[in-house]
Amino acid sequence: MQAGSKKSSQTLSAGSANVVELANISKSFPGVIANRDISLQVARATIHAIVGENGAGKSTLMKILYGLHQPDSGTILVNGVLTQFKSPSEAMDAGIGMVHQHFMLADNLTVLENIILGSEPTKFGVLSLGDARKHVKDLATSIGVEIDLDLPISELGVGQRQRVEILKVLFRGAEILVLDEPTAVLVPQEVDELFANLRKLVANGTTILFISHKLDEVLAISDAITVIRQGSTVATVSPKSVDRLKLAELMVGSDLPSHGKRATKVGEKVQLAARNLTVIAKDRKNPIQDISFEVFESEIVGIAGVDGNGQFELCEALLGLVASQGTIEIGGSDVSDLSIRERLDQGLAYIPFDRHREGLMLAASLWENALLGHEASLSRGPMIDLISAKNSCREIIERFGVMTPNELVPAFVLSGGNQQKLVVGRNLATAPKVLIAAHPTRGIDVGAQAAVWEEIRRSRDAGMSVLLVSADLEEVLGLSDRILVMFDGEISAEIDPKSATPQILGKYMTGTQ
Amino acid sequence: MSQNINSQRNFNSMRKSLNTLGSSVSAIILALIICGVLLLVTGKDPFAAYGKILETGLTSDKFLEMLKRATPLIFSAIAVAIGFKMNLFNIGVEGQYLFAALIAAEMGTHVSLPRPLHILFILVVAMISGAAWASVAAFLKIVRGINEVISTIMLNYIALSFIQWLFETFFRDNSDGGLNVKTTKIAPSGRMPDLVHDRLNGMFIIALLVAFLYWIVVFRSRFGFQLRASGLNPIAARTAGIPANRMILIALMLSGAVAGLVAMSAVIGDVYGYGPSAIATQFGFAGISVALLGRNHPLGIIGAAMLFGFLDSTSAELQLSGIPSSIVKVIQAIIVLVVVIVNEASSRRYNRRTAERAALALKSLDI
Repeated sequence: MQAGSKKSSQTLSAGSANVVELANISKSFPGVIANRDISLQVARATIHAIVGENGAGKSTLMKILYGLHQPDSGTILVNGVLTQFKSPSEAMDAGIGMVHQHFMLADNLTVLENIILGSEPTKFGVLSLGDARKHVKDLATSIGVEIDLDLPISELGVGQRQRVEILKVLFRGAEILVLDEPTAVLVPQEVDELFANLRKLVANGTTILFISHKLDEVLAISDAITVIRQGSTVATVSPKSVDRLKLAELMVGSDLPSHGKRATKVGEKVQLAARNLTVIAKDRKNPIQDISFEVFESEIVGIAGVDGNGQFELCEALLGLVASQGTIEIGGSDVSDLSIRERLDQGLAYIPFDRHREGLMLAASLWENALLGHEASLSRGPMIDLISAKNSCREIIERFGVMTPNELVPAFVLSGGNQQKLVVGRNLATAPKVLIAAHPTRGIDVGAQAAVWEEIRRSRDAGMSVLLVSADLEEVLGLSDRILVMFDGEISAEIDPKSATPQILGKYMTGTQ
Repeated sequence: MSQNINSQRNFNSMRKSLNTLGSSVSAIILALIICGVLLLVTGKDPFAAYGKILETGLTSDKFLEMLKRATPLIFSAIAVAIGFKMNLFNIGVEGQYLFAALIAAEMGTHVSLPRPLHILFILVVAMISGAAWASVAAFLKIVRGINEVISTIMLNYIALSFIQWLFETFFRDNSDGGLNVKTTKIAPSGRMPDLVHDRLNGMFIIALLVAFLYWIVVFRSRFGFQLRASGLNPIAARTAGIPANRMILIALMLSGAVAGLVAMSAVIGDVYGYGPSAIATQFGFAGISVALLGRNHPLGIIGAAMLFGFLDSTSAELQLSGIPSSIVKVIQAIIVLVVVIVNEASSRRYNRRTAERAALALKSLDI
């Protein structure tokens, strides 16, 4: 730690008006230009937001600043000094710290242990926790964070874990903090707390680079906003001079997709029903407890909630991936005792939470990926019907606008959005009765998102029932005919999307009401 | 447009095959260089050793011996490859084939059938026995979640002792006062005919047939697709309704069934029975090497089995001319090590190039 503070005081003494200056940064990966001629000036002790669609090049730019990638061309000035970081540790030595979207904490260690992990203070080779404890306490107090340093991480909520990550970076002497989508995992109330902490940090002289695509938050917190589109900087604006719409236009380069009201009516017939559904866990609280709901024909029911409140287990139970108590009905018939395959054959389709983990075979060709789950209908006797399988994949590519040279390339060459379109297409192509869509547009760009939403709406209008699980409130509010809020394994509220606001939803999602 | 896509498709698959072949061949050359250095360090002339291998290997006698030695390796490697395709590591081919050899040899003496049926009966018994032994590991994995690598290795030891006991207690032919350490000889109707008298028997043809069936089943059938999907991404396969446990059971039993054929060229082609010293061991482990070298592709496996058979066939002559015959095993081992490394490097390169080409193709299509 001592070494860390010395370093940061050195960098401070080299001070200039702009703490970070990136000039003409370009970076290309095989076949993709991620950053093109990006320039960016960040003033000391400000919150500078970098906004852009997913895939616009925000993360690449930050990884370059953090030493995870090296730019093909361009210069980086930190505190007025020309630098070239070959690794994150060099960036850290220069006072740059990064808080990743996915936390990297050891669950079974305490808060304090996690914070000092990797830069443990020692005296004569022996761990000296006393000094560290005091230092961390001071840090926490100075930014208004209240946290019990001796609690194991596993007992903390998402918001607190994030605070631990921030403290960890500060402990290492970071003067420049890069936050990658820090609010993606937080509910509105937690976001407010985070922002209060960040404002204190800035008051203490820290500079914050804030990556986001949530425009309201960006407008609320930042001192300057740089918009990136397709790898290039579009503009740097002051939040006072723009509004949400203007910012969105800069970001997307065109109008926002409209959330057109539906023309058709919700049907009469119950297509998917869960009655007193419970998933039993042995050594912890049941992940879902006594859940009952119905989804009618031609209806989208949204399940809103912060990740980890039982949505995942609910989907797994409905699909048959985990054992559950209670009954599940598809199209009016009880499927509780059926296998996954038999449930799918009853007209169920599933867009999984994580396309890489649960949806795709990345090393296999697109047509094989499109075939997954539909082997029976695309076979002739015991043999795969290669021609039909490839044709059916080509149809999906065409109908859902998957950008690919052909159906023979392996799935890993596609961008995330196109992979997702393939997964969505695979599930909608067979016109299922019931669709469970978990985060159907997570991590894909606005264009692909609009396309996926449009396809889901169109299938709903044709009579499909949809259970839409999403943490993206815009998505839940925009698509759903009815919203159920899940909190702590139970359904805490049923809300009409027309009267719902993010604030109301946030209250139910955090269990404060 | 469709013609364009077709030619693109042929181009793609050809490129992949060439890439695979290229990396395997370069691995073999690299292995030979490393072995040459090893020979040089130990004071032997590598050129003399390689010259001797080529000289003895390239006679017509040795060609037949190569095929003969390749036969059990093809079965063994395909047994291993079936597991590999589902990310299951069947290290238990060794135990499975030895168990199958004993049971099939013994059962073969208890029936009297006309020739083709008698042979077929023995082969089917061998396959069932191999599958049964492999199913133990499958059950342990499904019911108790025990890693098949560990269980199949342990089951090899159990198999060896179990076979020993079965043989000594029940199946040994004691008709000539304990001199004969074999089972009763299988009647002529149960013996596999030779392709070339005393040099090569019909099991070689069956090995080629099994390789072809492996290709059809694994790469073209619905079951094979489910098998490969379970290997490529087990969670996605399960989410798509492919029953994981059933796939594990079927894959391991299929693997065991093919393993059951490994020793058949000896049991019904040479020895006409089972004997602890008459039936060669270690094919189960060599099969892992061959499957790796052949990259789990039937043609690759046949080629790799031939290469190993070729090297094995020269070892006796090497010994006679003062070069340690174990150099053959060293070459084989180094080839496999190098292949694993080179394959990894070349598949990364291939993936990167594929991504680049796809991006370029997209750009040129301008969609």
